[in-house]
Amino acid sequence: MSDDPIVQMTGIRKDFTGVRALDGVDFTLRPGEIHAVMGENGAGKSTLIKVLTGVHTPDAGDILLDGKSVRFHSPGAAQAAGISTVYQEVNLTDNLSVAENLFAGREPRLGPFINFRAMRRKAKALLDDIGIDLNVAAPLSSYSIAMQQLVAIARAVDIEAKVLILDEPTSSLDRDEVAVLLGVMRRLAANGTAMVFISHFLEQVYEISDRMTVLRNGKLVGEWATADLPENELIGHMLGREAVVLEQIERAAAAHHVADETPLVQAVGLGRKGSIAPYDLDVRRGEVVGLAGLLGSGRTETIRLIAGADRADSGSLSFDGAKVGGHNPRTASARGIAYCPENRKTEGLVGDLTVAENMILAMQASRGWARSIPVARRDKLVAEFIEKLDIRPANPDMPVKNLSGGNQQKVLLARWMLIEPKLLILDEPTRGIDVGAKADIQKLVAELSADGMAVLFVSAELDEVTRLSDRIAVLRDRDLIAVLESEADMTTEKIVDTIVAKGGER
Amino acid sequence: MTTETLTERPARSTLFDGLTKYIPIGATVALLIVMYLGGIANFKNFDSAQVIAGLFIDYAPLLVIAVGMTFVILSGGIDLSVGSVMAFSTMACAWLTVDAGISAPLAMVLVLAFGTLWGLLIGAVIHYFNVQPFIATLVGLFLFRGLTLQISDTDVSMREVDFWQWGMTHVEFGGKVRDGGFWLPYLSFVAFAVVIVAFVILHYTRFGRGVYAIGGSEQSALLMGLPVARTKIGVYAVSGFCASLAGVLAAFATKSANPLANVGAELDAIAAVVIGGTLLTGGAGFVLGTVAGVMVWGLLNTLIAFHGGLSSWWARIVMGVLLLAFILLQRVLARSGEKRRT
Repeated sequence: MSDDPIVQMTGIRKDFTGVRALDGVDFTLRPGEIHAVMGENGAGKSTLIKVLTGVHTPDAGDILLDGKSVRFHSPGAAQAAGISTVYQEVNLTDNLSVAENLFAGREPRLGPFINFRAMRRKAKALLDDIGIDLNVAAPLSSYSIAMQQLVAIARAVDIEAKVLILDEPTSSLDRDEVAVLLGVMRRLAANGTAMVFISHFLEQVYEISDRMTVLRNGKLVGEWATADLPENELIGHMLGREAVVLEQIERAAAAHHVADETPLVQAVGLGRKGSIAPYDLDVRRGEVVGLAGLLGSGRTETIRLIAGADRADSGSLSFDGAKVGGHNPRTASARGIAYCPENRKTEGLVGDLTVAENMILAMQASRGWARSIPVARRDKLVAEFIEKLDIRPANPDMPVKNLSGGNQQKVLLARWMLIEPKLLILDEPTRGIDVGAKADIQKLVAELSADGMAVLFVSAELDEVTRLSDRIAVLRDRDLIAVLESEADMTTEKIVDTIVAKGGER
Repeated sequence: MTTETLTERPARSTLFDGLTKYIPIGATVALLIVMYLGGIANFKNFDSAQVIAGLFIDYAPLLVIAVGMTFVILSGGIDLSVGSVMAFSTMACAWLTVDAGISAPLAMVLVLAFGTLWGLLIGAVIHYFNVQPFIATLVGLFLFRGLTLQISDTDVSMREVDFWQWGMTHVEFGGKVRDGGFWLPYLSFVAFAVVIVAFVILHYTRFGRGVYAIGGSEQSALLMGLPVARTKIGVYAVSGFCASLAGVLAAFATKSANPLANVGAELDAIAAVVIGGTLLTGGAGFVLGTVAGVMVWGLLNTLIAFHGGLSSWWARIVMGVLLLAFILLQRVLARSGEKRRT
């Protein structure tokens, strides 16, 4: 692997309106190596990749491909030069067949006409080669997202790629599928294809990569051989903080249990046909209740009833000692229930508005449109929360869409904290964001509950639920099966055992 | 090195998937059959073969613009300029041949070239300036109606020019109409040719499959390295060509140019495309469905003409109701598709 580099990027700089996404980054890729690009969200990984693949053009710096200077102005141009990409979201067209997706733009032809038979045959052979067996004439939409992702990879591989870029390709795959993908990657590497691998899963990165380049805040931290960089050092480089804050959140909150008070939230037999079986659940002031369960177990459905986002068709809900009737998001918000839904892009933030405007939205809504918030007060509040939540860049006038996922999530949290809710409902607040922002948000949840706010918290990561919650509601198959007290010896295994055990009873 | 193979059967059977895909067009064909049988049951002479043949005479221009519209809608766009471009083309034919005295075949070629160029231009505006197709093509709707009226605000006759007799020259099939036969003029064959060429282009060429891919997801098509710019501009050029060709066919059919002809034809075309099973959001549909959609519109008008007592506005009222039904059907199918997937 000491050959001449196939890709050499030097001094790459890229600015977006007001943000320097990349600042003098160097990156070297050698034939046959699997090279991981590591960094927090917002570190510049995606931008670096997009510069290499022609989606963005760099503002400064050089790219050498096979020793020749290149500059791509479109993904098509990069593809023609031998750089193929598989993105995190499946970028295929699911209205066309599997075979058509594999060969779109380069279909085998007879004269001017597409030769569908040859195309299907070639598609079959290509997929066989990689180790997947599909009906290539079926529309892509009839397959799972995971399979679609593998089809995208097959397509990229077949374009005779010299360089294959895999941007979070495994985030929607299960273990077997990941194994197939990594197998394909090894085979390609053995054939001399250079690969850039981006993944949040450190385990996979260590299993497959030969070398790592670490970025932080748009700057290069360094390049290491994977074998020379133990995991804790890597995380240190990525975060640029000495210790990882995650461990420090030890449940200070557990101390302030107020046992005998009437619970803030009391759900009795609350349920909705087809989405969640009737359940009982209490949440007390100053308490964090976590919801654990597999994807599709009814976690989100449970909290949507309490948040007023869905209408319950059985049972009753009391809030702050009073029965709740005619529950909807507006009245919920008026009562002091703040709900951060799972999908922050489509259900929460307005991308084109600034950080400050997004933060202030709920507060303005609760005051009514006629009573505007004085500018000085607004600026002060916004500045306070930007600092408190460590939102970066700390610029209240930046459009929210230019922020990284973790920082967007913080803006959304700040919005709800501004109206000082009694109950904060968080659905997957840390999904898809980096370790640093995750730690900040977890810390914040702990602090809020210490201040007396009740928090309902959904997360797919059992670790997180265990660490943060005073009590854990466990769900399975759209049924709340148990509420566990989180003692000091609470472990993720106990939750898993509960899920498995209750499953066995049926 | 593991050599395990991952097998996955489609989440739904392909048969089922295939059926879902054909529900809208199946509904359209069923509707056609019901309308036709209803006509036969109620009206004398409705069973004459000429009733069907007549659809492809009177509605040949609509069929041609609807085919162009199918390309645009499949790509996820819309073209509101076709009615005006069509009227302008007819008027330009009359002006060039009657007033300017240019030879008719040359005039026809000029008109077709102009329509295509207009499509290219508006396609480029839509793609490079990222303008909503609705707005960009609305420009054409106003511009060409105005230009048409500027050339002449009254009817212009083209009877004196021999060339315009060609379109209605006809071929008989199976003898005279009273003997159970039917006839079709040359212009109908032009429309059929357009349908066949469009079908082949859409299903068997890279350009055609690119149209479907862009309609499915423009972002994905771009990232897959497909020639998005060329394809998007291309569909508007196809639509512009079809609109001007429809104008030429109208010149053949009526041998006169009416500056207020075809007002709202773009909407008739869109309705025909949707009723023919093409998704307004793009990416799914067929050109043969569009033929069925145009036949529904034509047959509806024919039924009302046979009835004699109903105002022709009833055709629009029924069409409105049908359109609503088909749009709802599309939504229901799309939604059940999403449900099955998750």
